[in-house]
Order: sequence, then C-alpha cells, then structure tokens
Amino acid sequence: MMTSGFITALRRDLLLAARHKSEWLTALFFFVMVTNLLPLGVGPDAALLRKIAPGVLWIGALLSTLLGLQRLFASDYADGTLEQMALSPTSLSWLVAGKMFTHWLVCGLPVVLMAPLLGVQFDLPSRSLGLLTLSLLLGTPILSAVGSVGAALTLGVRSSGALLSLLILPLYIPALIFGAGAVEADLAGISPQGHLSLLGALLLVSVFFSPWITAVALRIALE
Amino acid sequence: MHWTSWQEFLTMRGYGLYVWGSFGACAAGMILEPLLLNQRWRSLQSRLPHEKDDV
Amino acid sequence: MSNSVINWFKYASPSSFYPLAGRLIPYFSLAAVLLMALGLWLGLFVAPTDAQQSEGYRIIFVHVPASWMSMFIYCVMAFWSALGLAFNTRLSGMMTAALAPTGALFAFLSLWTGALWGKPMWGAWWVWDARLTSQLILFFLYLGFIALQSAIDDPRRADRAGALLALVGVVNVPIIYFSVQWWNTLHQGASVSLTKAPSMAHIMLLGMLIMALGFWAYTIAMALKRVRCIILERELTSEWIKRNALD
Repeated sequence: MMTSGFITALRRDLLLAARHKSEWLTALFFFVMVTNLLPLGVGPDAALLRKIAPGVLWIGALLSTLLGLQRLFASDYADGTLEQMALSPTSLSWLVAGKMFTHWLVCGLPVVLMAPLLGVQFDLPSRSLGLLTLSLLLGTPILSAVGSVGAALTLGVRSSGALLSLLILPLYIPALIFGAGAVEADLAGISPQGHLSLLGALLLVSVFFSPWITAVALRIALE
Repeated sequence: MHWTSWQEFLTMRGYGLYVWGSFGACAAGMILEPLLLNQRWRSLQSRLPHEKDDV
Repeated sequence: MSNSVINWFKYASPSSFYPLAGRLIPYFSLAAVLLMALGLWLGLFVAPTDAQQSEGYRIIFVHVPASWMSMFIYCVMAFWSALGLAFNTRLSGMMTAALAPTGALFAFLSLWTGALWGKPMWGAWWVWDARLTSQLILFFLYLGFIALQSAIDDPRRADRAGALLALVGVVNVPIIYFSVQWWNTLHQGASVSLTKAPSMAHIMLLGMLIMALGFWAYTIAMALKRVRCIILERELTSEWIKRNALD
C-alpha cells in the first residue's frame, strides 16, 4: 500500500518525539519567550501591542518552526536510517509526508494551541483570537512543508542551521503576509476572507508538492 | 547638449550626491567584479599541471 | 575546431565549452564596453532634463537595467537548473553557479540605486513598496543560493541542490511578488507610488535599453569568465586539461 510509508514514519517519529520531549518543548518555549520579550522591547502601550500582535505571533511561529526543522532529517541521516528509507520499496515521498506531518504535530500544533493564550497578553479581542488561531492552523503546515525542502537541501552541510534560515525564511513571506494579514485586516474592519482563501491555496499547493520535492532533495543529499 | 557648464554637470543641479552615488556604485561593482575574477583566474593558472602561456 | 557545422550538444561538455567560452569573452566584453559607453553618453548628455524630477531621474539609466538584469539572471539560472536536473549535464550546474554572483551584484546595485533615487524623490532612503521589497527578497534568494553552494563540498551535490533551490525559488518569486503587492495595498501608507513617469521621452527609453544591453553583454562576459574558472577548479586533475592545458 502506498500510504504505508506515511503511517510508518508517523508512528516512528511520534514515538521518538514522545521519548525526547525536551526537543519540541524547547521550540514551544522559544515561541513563548520571543513573543513575551517583544512587549518588553517596545513598551506596554496596549494599542500598539494590539496592532503588532498578529505579526509578532506569526514571526514567533516562523522562528520556532525553524528550530524543529533542523532535526527533521538530521538524526536519520546520521545513523543511516534515511539511506535505508530511500532504498526501501515504499515511496520516499510518502515517508517524507509522514515525517512532515509529525513535525507539524509536535512543532506546529502546540504553537497553534498556545497562540490564543499569548494573544490575550497582547489584548486581542476574542474575535481576533479565533481568527489568529485559524490562520495559524492553516499556516503552520505550510511552514513545515516548505521548511522540509530546506531541511533536506541542507542535510549534513556545514552550519546547516544558519543556512536553513537563510534559504527558508524568504519563502515563508507569503504565508506570513496572508496569515498575519488576515488578523490585521479583521482588526482594521476589512473582511479577512481573501487572506484566508489565499492561505488555504498556499496550504494545498505546498502540502501537495513539498513531499515530492523534498524526496528529490533527499536523494540529492544521499547520492 | 543642455549642460551649460562642467560645474552644472558635476553637481547635477543639486542631485549630484544621488546621481553620482548610483553611477559610482555601479562602476565600482562592475570594475571590481572583473578584477576579482581575473585574480582568481591568475591564481588558477599558477596551479595548472602544465605551465603554458595565458590565453 | 574548424567545423562549420556546429553541433550544440558537443558544447554541453565542459572540455569543449571551455575553449569556446574563451573565444567568446573578448567579443562580449567589447560589446559591453561600447554599449555602456553609448548608453552613458545618451543618459548623461543627450537625454533632456525631466520636467518633474530634474536631473535626479538620470539614476534610472543604471537602476532599471540593474533591476531587469537581476530578475532576468535568476530566470536564466532556473533555466540552466531545469536543464541540469532533466539531462544531468555537468555544464548546466557550472553555468548556474557562474551566473549567481553577477545576479546578486545587480540585485544589490538595484537596491542601492533605488535607495539613492528614493531619497530625493520621496524623502526616504527606503519605502516598503512592493517592488523594492520583492527586489530585496530576490537579493536574499541569491544570497541563499550562493551560501548553499559554497557550504556543500561535493560539487555534484552542490550543483544539484543549487538547481533544486533555484527552481523552488523561481516558482516562489511570482507568489512572493503577488503577496507583497497584496500586503502593500492593504497597508497603503500614503502618497508613495513608484509607478514610472507617465510619458517617458523616447531618448530616455533608448538610453535605458542600450544600457540594459550593455549590462547583458557584461553579464555574459562575466559568466563565461567565471565558468572557465569553475571548470579549471573542478577538473584540475582531469586528462584533457593535462593534455592541452590551455588552447
């Protein structure tokens, strides 16, 4: 069955994540830290904080996603598991899709669930809180999907962490604009529907193509 | 030709800093790049197995 | 090399492209110098003073060609990358790598001259306009490409990884441009609009086109020179270089 690779990778990576809780808890803690440092930097003006909240929370989500991405394939690459996966008859793209989905479950989903709480700190109205959560729910899978291409390209490369951010952050810009923009539009009294639709389109395109491109990148890295 | 004096050409009627800043940066970049490439080329020549004259 | 019939596939191998590139460089260098001299003469002496922007507008004679070339070079890199991934030719990866630094230079010059143009025209070195922002992101994409290639030691892997990145980038550029434009209209600050002057004199357009052609010839000359360096660096030990090191 084609999707068996998906299930295998999902189960295996979830088990690993459950064993190494500190790894994804660090990413979540980083998200909380960054967004909490910002008010300390710009001052406690409630109106200003409300205005910048969507952007701040979204940028926090981008950065904490990057933390987890470095490890997406690294340990499997180091111990040779990845090579076995590439040689195995199950489709590498489905395996990659499974790993991507797990990455979202352990790095993206906690951020989505934490976001409303942090939004309250920024004094966002409850309507915006819901919208923020929705935009992150649509957007964080894009971050995992696009990011996994970068993680595969920088596999086993010198200073891969810094390189990964240089490669991937520019590609995150559309998701950031539509995601944060949806909440900002709503705060400004404009319908956020256009933003959300475009975010949804990005989600479909990136989730559809990314496993395949990532698999190509992994094969290049393994050559 | 509409410049009445060299002075006017050099100051660009008050826009000298911006105009010459742009043209100067382009000139610097597009002179530096060939120079650096030539340097790289020459250092490669000295590492070639058989010494031959430059092309 | 006296064949009158050119077999293009012959030049797909570095060993036969190397001498061809060497013979082409002087022509393109000469064309670049002549075209840029003509373009500068048109731009600085012949083109009339602009009614609204006085002499400050003369920056477009380098700004617009640099912006065009930076976008064009990225597309050419994507073309070579697609070719390289599809046919597995070594030369395409080398060409992509040879083009990237020149493209990054033009992207930087476009930003630099854009800032110098913006200051007198709109009173700010930098405005978050859709075009400027996209250009900045293009510059980042160039830097990412160069950083990735220089971080990978194995040249084969560097080429293929770079090719994939260039293709992902070229697909994303329109999406990024569209999203930045969308973002820009939502946050429309005020009067700032970068749309070109409504009626541009023919002589200005001509000067700009000739400068762009000069930049194009310059790019080809640089890329050919650099690809020769890359070929030498990678094949320093190979047979054909030992046989006739340089011809």
